[in-house]
Amino acid sequence: MGKVLENEAFGLAAKDESGVLTPFSFSRRETGEKDVRFKVLFCGICHTDLSMAKNEWGFTTYPLVPGHEIVGVVTEVGTKVTKFNTGDKVGVGYMSRSCLSCDSCSDGEENYCPKMILTAGAKDYDNTMTHGGYSDHMVCAEDYIIRIPENLPLDGAAPLLCAGVTVYSPMKYHGLDKPGMHIGVVGLGGLGHIGVKLAKAMGNKVTVISTSDRKRDEAINRLGADAFLVSRDPKQMEDAVGTMDGIIDTVSATHPLLPLLGLLKYKGKLVMVGAPEKPLELPVMPLIFGRKMVVGSMIGGIKETQEMMDMAGKHNITADIELISADYVNTAMERLAKADVKYRFVIDVANTLKPTP
Amino acid sequence: MAKSPETEHPNKVFGWAARDKSGLLSPFNFSRRDNGENDVTVKILFCGVCHTDLHTIKNDWGYSYYPVVPGHEIVGIATKVGKNVTKFKEGDRVGVGVITGSCQSCESCDQDLENYCPQMSFTYNAIASDGTKNYGGYSENIVVDQRFVLRFPESLPSDSGAPLLCAGITVYSPMKYYGMTEAGKHLGVAGLGGLGHVAVKIGKAFGLKVTVISSSPAKEEEAISQLGADSFLVTTDPQKMKAAIGTMDYIIDTISAVHALYPLLGLLKVNGKLIALGLPAKPLELPMFPLVLGRKMVGGSDIGGMKETQEMLDFCAKHNITADIELIKMDEINTAMERLAKSDVKYRFVIDVANSLSPP
Repeated sequence: MGKVLENEAFGLAAKDESGVLTPFSFSRRETGEKDVRFKVLFCGICHTDLSMAKNEWGFTTYPLVPGHEIVGVVTEVGTKVTKFNTGDKVGVGYMSRSCLSCDSCSDGEENYCPKMILTAGAKDYDNTMTHGGYSDHMVCAEDYIIRIPENLPLDGAAPLLCAGVTVYSPMKYHGLDKPGMHIGVVGLGGLGHIGVKLAKAMGNKVTVISTSDRKRDEAINRLGADAFLVSRDPKQMEDAVGTMDGIIDTVSATHPLLPLLGLLKYKGKLVMVGAPEKPLELPVMPLIFGRKMVVGSMIGGIKETQEMMDMAGKHNITADIELISADYVNTAMERLAKADVKYRFVIDVANTLKPTP
Repeated sequence: MAKSPETEHPNKVFGWAARDKSGLLSPFNFSRRDNGENDVTVKILFCGVCHTDLHTIKNDWGYSYYPVVPGHEIVGIATKVGKNVTKFKEGDRVGVGVITGSCQSCESCDQDLENYCPQMSFTYNAIASDGTKNYGGYSENIVVDQRFVLRFPESLPSDSGAPLLCAGITVYSPMKYYGMTEAGKHLGVAGLGGLGHVAVKIGKAFGLKVTVISSSPAKEEEAISQLGADSFLVTTDPQKMKAAIGTMDYIIDTISAVHALYPLLGLLKVNGKLIALGLPAKPLELPMFPLVLGRKMVGGSDIGGMKETQEMLDFCAKHNITADIELIKMDEINTAMERLAKSDVKYRFVIDVANSLSPP
């Protein structure tokens, strides 16, 4: 690892539970022999950034520089770096380090390593806090850097680093990536809209499940979903009972699971990727009588993040974004809290983030 | 005019039934069909008392059709076989489990998964394909389509083998389906009743390390010295529960009361699997963070298909696995049900039908 904290950096940080982001100067380590240093071009705003900025989960350390959907261009590589060169377009997602020696790390599941370090807001192995991509540049170990395919626009690719792999990983792990399968996607936000695109690219039939009819036209005509189901309409739900092989549930608010379990076919799988804070009610009988399961998932390993990114490159999949300037970020956070975005904010960091005065 | 249970079918039969949700069982005259060309008539020797029997006679789930003759862990002797029956002959020792009908032509049935057939019918408290009601094993005999009759292995005793027909397959099937049979892995069994004690034995037969997870410290000694569990975890001991966090690959949850999933999920390693087999009357609380942060799973399972049930019986015969039972007479059934409601049985009541069921 390089010398600790010698290079100046600037960004936006939340300083208290109001979650309001303001200019913040800090420093980053020298580029170590296995590090990649890159200038940040774009950074996506994930709902997790909002939850962490406001300390909703109770483990935020301030000041917090959020941002884990980070895309940029390499400016320096360490002497032992083999996979990247200056000028490469790269990205970093939700994690920036893991122990590399436990079973999870050996199996390419660094995201489940008990010593996994978050890219933003965690204490790194050298006891310094990690600061995320709402900043001018990043330094990151080579093992956690993702190459962005040449053909993908960088701003639209950034959200894939979290939202993309978060949906991709459980679909592969639970065998929901087979062409012809019927996948439901609950919630049409950052995760949901990418879920639709990835599932279509995998050859699935996709039904979006939403609480209102408002998003039907977009879901079908713009995002490519095959069908749209309003969960508050009993007739629509009844007609769809027992039709889905899997459901990706991206909803982070409390919501009923019973109707979703009913939509699953025998041995169907309900994948929870939006993590409601309070426990949900789990009716056990539908699980038992249909041999169904409820599973959780969190991002994905590095190898599979790269795999997902390459697949996105092959199928020209990017997020639908609203590009914003750095000084809009607090307004964006307020709008995100109301789900008022189609479907991900991305900060135009390089062009709009000014050094701290 | 609707036919009465006694006249619905040509052959008079005697058994015990519950007539209302008091769940009180008493002598009951009814009738069974003639032995058809695909049927086997079974003289019943023994019938296990499953917790489902108790739930059904008390209408806990709201769909009991009284009068109910329970019983789906049936062992007996084939006394008649229809002309199309090839697998069994008169005098064979056979078993009948939880289901006695399915459509026999859908995708599930074609895959030997009759238990997931949408037209599957239960051995009791269900309507058969001919529109008549099914009555279960608390009776002299039963007439069953050969597809739903099992060969009872030579070495399995009829009385202590009977509970395998529900409890055994209920545990065996998900262990195979969810890949919970890798020798050396660590299985937690939550709840030590009819299902739980069989899960311990089957888990050990697969070469797993088995920990019983229970709220009753009194069960520890038996669990280890008699059932063969490797260790015992008392859920009300916070220190022991904390020390056991993240140590189990799988958990079979047999607890039928409403209970907290959070501490059980905490016991699982990353990628751990919790299989819910108990049927609580109300939903459970499922905390999301443990599922998401550890890629954990909660799955369900419902008995097994006929092929797999036979496989399970043969597996149990090979490994000398039987249930630990308390043999009772038919007229002791109501007391047994009261005790079962308090989990006061080690670990399954079995009715000695042939020797104690007699018409008044």
